[in-house]
Amino acid sequence: MPIPHETGATAVAGHPSGYPPVATLGVLPTGVTVEAAPVAVRAEGLVRAFGGRRAVNEVSLSLHEGDCLALFGPNGAGKTTLLRLLGGLLKATRGTAQLHGVPLPGPAETRRLVGLISHNSMLYPALTVRENVRFAAECQGVLEADQATTQVLGRLRVLDREQTPVRFLSRGLQQRVSIARALVHGPRLVLLDEPYTGLDEVGALAFTDALRELKAGGATLVLVTHNLVEGLSLATRAVIMRDGAFVYDERPSAVGFDLAAFQARYRSLVHEGIA
Amino acid sequence: MNTTAPATASHRPPAFFADAIRLARKDLLIEFRTRSAFLAATVFAVLAVVIFRFTWDPTAIPAFDLAPGVLWVIFTFSGLLGLNRSFGLEQAERAYDGLLASQMSRESIFAGKVLANLVFVAGVQALTLPAVALFFDLQVGSAWGVLIGIVLCASLGLAAVGTLFAAIAANTRLAELLLPMMTLPFFVPLVIPAAQTSAVILRGQPLDDALPWFKLLLAFDLVFVTACLAVFPFTIEE
Repeated sequence: MPIPHETGATAVAGHPSGYPPVATLGVLPTGVTVEAAPVAVRAEGLVRAFGGRRAVNEVSLSLHEGDCLALFGPNGAGKTTLLRLLGGLLKATRGTAQLHGVPLPGPAETRRLVGLISHNSMLYPALTVRENVRFAAECQGVLEADQATTQVLGRLRVLDREQTPVRFLSRGLQQRVSIARALVHGPRLVLLDEPYTGLDEVGALAFTDALRELKAGGATLVLVTHNLVEGLSLATRAVIMRDGAFVYDERPSAVGFDLAAFQARYRSLVHEGIA
Repeated sequence: MNTTAPATASHRPPAFFADAIRLARKDLLIEFRTRSAFLAATVFAVLAVVIFRFTWDPTAIPAFDLAPGVLWVIFTFSGLLGLNRSFGLEQAERAYDGLLASQMSRESIFAGKVLANLVFVAGVQALTLPAVALFFDLQVGSAWGVLIGIVLCASLGLAAVGTLFAAIAANTRLAELLLPMMTLPFFVPLVIPAAQTSAVILRGQPLDDALPWFKLLLAFDLVFVTACLAVFPFTIEE
């Protein structure tokens, strides 16, 4: 079964000194494959234990700029924990992770390179859409916070609701604002934990467009999802996690990639884990 | 291998005070919009003043002996209502993750929360202090400025200790129960000198008489603010 995967994914080999916010990212020069782009994320032997249980168990990975890693797996497989480790929100029990060569959890300047999106909106219900996104921009040190806010709200098609308090928005619109909050500072590594939850078709399309734009601009994406089609449509690499470890690793852009075979493999691995 | 993250021309570096003020402004804006904690604290404070007033026998205890205790009991417990909310509003939609993932330093987050809590407590105190003076017929006279200074000094320590424990308690299921249990013992070294200093002023004694207690209050302020600032980053590690 064919899937709308990214063919011939490209990224910039060397990026300019300033990273523009998502709304200003254009299609960057082609010709450099993702594999040839600089390494953005490198993890070696990552372990994170909670008590005696290893939520992430000896995970090693290397992601280039422009890569999109789709993480699949059953509940409790360690996907979110891995995301939090890469976002610098958790310290590894053992092993190392680096973002652009800086060990994680990194200094403040490194955290600015990360955008975090989860099924929790991370918004303040009493504040308006603009106030929420602008606050996030200011927290990340964006100099033109107002301008960046306007751009990203336009990009996610919620500019018409900018003065509405978030508590009055539907779940889908809240999710779009949450995405705007995470992208307003032009992150180089975007960590997405079930980001499509609650999005309607318009929101999902706008969001996918924004992610493609980020990817084309050389940003690295790590996407946790249970939806294989959504995940694989953007992925340059698809991984199935179980019991904290990578049990299957595939490049959807490779010739001969078969979604049906991947789905079957996914089901069998997940059911093996449950059984 | 790179040793630093790529520079970003359109970003400013983290700034301790600016970040703290930004966070405090956001918290206060939310409180201004919802007014839930402020209303609860104010209602509690006014009710407490009224109850203390009508159970007080002026012929048995002079007002200036009772009032300092009343003041500090009210300040302590009304402050707890605001502290509970301080991290509660970050937890509802996990907005705290967004803060921690930002370039804002952990120390700025702490300072911002303390500042917001201090303003909150000061707002409640601004209503409570005149109410106590009125109900207990206190003749503070020209010592208002000194009394307000002492109240703010003690409140800074209370806000620092309370913010630290509110951050710890926020991740637990029993945050509202745990916070007072953890915080109140640490409030004692601040509340005793604050109440004693207030008593000296309300009795109309020379300010020099309050100096030893005031020095003790300043010392605890310094210790608590510094220690809480240093410890806070460790409380948010999972």
